[in-house]
Amino acid sequence: MSNRRDEVDAVLIGVGLVGTVLGRELTKAGLRVVGLERGEPRNTVPDFQGPAMHDELRYAVRLALMQDASRETVTFRHSPRDTALPVRRWASFLPGTGLGGALVHWNGQMFRFQDHDFRMRSHTIERYGKDFLAPELAIQDWGVTAAELEPYFDRFEYLLGVSGKAGNIQGRKIPGGNVFEDPRSRDYPTPPQKEPYGSALFRRAALELGYHPYPQPSANLSQPYTNPEGMRLNSCVFCGFCERFGCEHFAKSSPQTVLLPRLLADPNFELRTGCQVLRINLDDTRRRATGVTYIDPRGVEVEQPATLVILGAYSYNNVRLLLLSGIGEPYDPRTGKGVVGRNYAYQTMSYPQVFYDESVNINPFMRSGANGTMIADFAGDNFDHGPLGFVGGAYIGEIMTNGRPIGFHPTPPGTPSWGSKWKRAVARHYNHTSTVNVHGSSVATRYNYLDLDPTYKDAWGLPLLRMTFDFPENDLRMSAFCTEKTVEIARIMGGQLVAGSPRTRPYDVTEYQTTHNTGGAIMGTDPATSVVNRYLQSWDVPNLFVIGACAYPQNASYNPTGTLGALTYWAADAIVTRYLKAPGPLVSA
Amino acid sequence: MANVSRRAFLQGAGAVAVALTVPGCDRLTRQVEGRRASYSFFSADEAAFIEPAVARLIPADELGPGALEADVPVFIDRQLAGAWGAGAGLYRAGPWRAGQPGQGYQLPFTPAELFRKALRAIHEELARTAPDSFGALPTADQDAYLQALEKGGRDLGGVPSEEFFASLLELTVEGFFSDPVYGGNRDMVGWKLVGFPGAYANYYEFVDQHGVAFRRPPVSLGQGAGEVG
Repeated sequence: MSNRRDEVDAVLIGVGLVGTVLGRELTKAGLRVVGLERGEPRNTVPDFQGPAMHDELRYAVRLALMQDASRETVTFRHSPRDTALPVRRWASFLPGTGLGGALVHWNGQMFRFQDHDFRMRSHTIERYGKDFLAPELAIQDWGVTAAELEPYFDRFEYLLGVSGKAGNIQGRKIPGGNVFEDPRSRDYPTPPQKEPYGSALFRRAALELGYHPYPQPSANLSQPYTNPEGMRLNSCVFCGFCERFGCEHFAKSSPQTVLLPRLLADPNFELRTGCQVLRINLDDTRRRATGVTYIDPRGVEVEQPATLVILGAYSYNNVRLLLLSGIGEPYDPRTGKGVVGRNYAYQTMSYPQVFYDESVNINPFMRSGANGTMIADFAGDNFDHGPLGFVGGAYIGEIMTNGRPIGFHPTPPGTPSWGSKWKRAVARHYNHTSTVNVHGSSVATRYNYLDLDPTYKDAWGLPLLRMTFDFPENDLRMSAFCTEKTVEIARIMGGQLVAGSPRTRPYDVTEYQTTHNTGGAIMGTDPATSVVNRYLQSWDVPNLFVIGACAYPQNASYNPTGTLGALTYWAADAIVTRYLKAPGPLVSA
Repeated sequence: MANVSRRAFLQGAGAVAVALTVPGCDRLTRQVEGRRASYSFFSADEAAFIEPAVARLIPADELGPGALEADVPVFIDRQLAGAWGAGAGLYRAGPWRAGQPGQGYQLPFTPAELFRKALRAIHEELARTAPDSFGALPTADQDAYLQALEKGGRDLGGVPSEEFFASLLELTVEGFFSDPVYGGNRDMVGWKLVGFPGAYANYYEFVDQHGVAFRRPPVSLGQGAGEVG
């Protein structure tokens, strides 16, 4: 027997980036909103304070800020022929939990996807012809353009105070910025962060080869900044404890530092932490959500009726809740039919390293999570794919984020993994090595997808999400090409030795790569091939919006958060200015 | 004993204990006694393997102290005795199946269970085949034994030896480089070896002084991390 609470205007599933922004926009519009967060409440003070926060073992290795895999994880297999087994310990990707979500422990790497990313299928056909698309590719258009999203990118960047240098303001190209970017209405809110040594060596090498290096846009701020919500941030001090950590300095943009205190002060908003949502409830027509059912911190099942439901948990948790709630037809890779779970994609990473002599002090520990120098010359479709036989690309950059020694103690290939030779190599190379990231895109294919596992359950007795994934042929070719280009740059960065190899199969869930899990509840223009419309509104249940990187039909070369922030404001704007006035489908199916 | 011959062990019989070429041997002896008294997970037999084993994984040499001098066994002991050793954060529901490469850890054991089983099997094996304790063997034989574990394909009481070895090596590196508050990295010797300054909070004035050698002594959480500059 469920405890039924009074109906509210809107309920948020998850109070991270999406929940905080939607909560703010909906309460400002006069709605009474309840935010359900499964994790703990937490704030810069006292939870992220130094020196305790500067603890590599606790946060980076034992993953103190991440989801407890003992209660809820995913299962994984490489292909539909295999048996999925639980990811018993997080490693390849690290889903967060708790108030503020993953934007508490992120690195702050802030990008805009390009217009050709949003129109990947039609753009590729326009430029290269229909025959260019390999049969394995399930790439789709998003249903939005970069020009439509520009005001929302702008708004999100000014909320966060992003530090960077524009490369294209209203069509005017600016050397030293990303000259490949689509036109932006104005420059970044704050100038770029200081450039570390290894990044400067990369910049000189990239210039020598005729590329277009620019400072990585960063949500670790270069100078104090007060955002449009009146929240004040400080300068980043390059402590080297960003990703997997909370920022003690109020220098990294997170819900806590840019918006959440405003939302929590609003009497129309109620936050409930420790609440695990089990399902979204539907009425008899199954075309309308009536609210959600969750388990409260005491273990009691509670029903929260709501007129509007915002599903804003982590990417694949959104997909899982749709499947657990019976919303949308599950995708079936045998027939290619169904939508929920299709087009799961990831990121295709490789990491060439430059080993210097001992006179070159790289000082890897003096970094922020996003203050490197990079090029977009090989990102997306910024280069001619005609002769290459693949789609997509990678940004390439010396964007090292830290020198924490449990995780970072590089040795040249051929070094033993223990003993005196290992120790000597670690001591010799620790402060004299640069890593260059090859941050590659990830296409969707028919057989990479998400569904419910038939065997394994979570702590609440519900099926775990099953992930079926391996790197597509297209992305292996992309990685080989972009890694080779990177090694060419690395060879003139002044080191004695360059080591680097492209991504290969099989995908290994024990190696950290990125927490950029995308797709599964994708946006699009056709209900037969997408879960949500261009405003992230469920095709099946119009009073449900599903907002997350789960909406990406495939993943681009850039880190996904900037685009997610823009989509979040884009959806919020559509809800507030159109949906609330006339609740119903914003796009006719 | 797949890769280390019985003869190799017999040849090592009676070998004198390996002379450590580190300064401060007296202090080390006192340190070893203190360490043993402080174990809450390891039995004496288990410690008699773990201590010399980590000393081979990260040896003391002319570059400075190794894992043993850094009290890495104390770190491992505390990790195994604590929440992590009991399986915190580890999904533990069955059914249990051997995975394919890339599917990750699929054994039903917590870290503490895994160590207990493997160390028992190792102790029994060494008792059968080696006349002396592991630590009394010549270092070449110790290395050969560890290499055989690493190579894998051997069963240690239900634990594949490569799983045990990988976990031991991972914990040894963690204990050498984690903050001293966890019991290892004594005197921050791991950080001093590579030049990691520890828990400092601020390099704002240094980050664009390209190539500067940052030579300040490291700071641990226990000291309170200070601002630099």
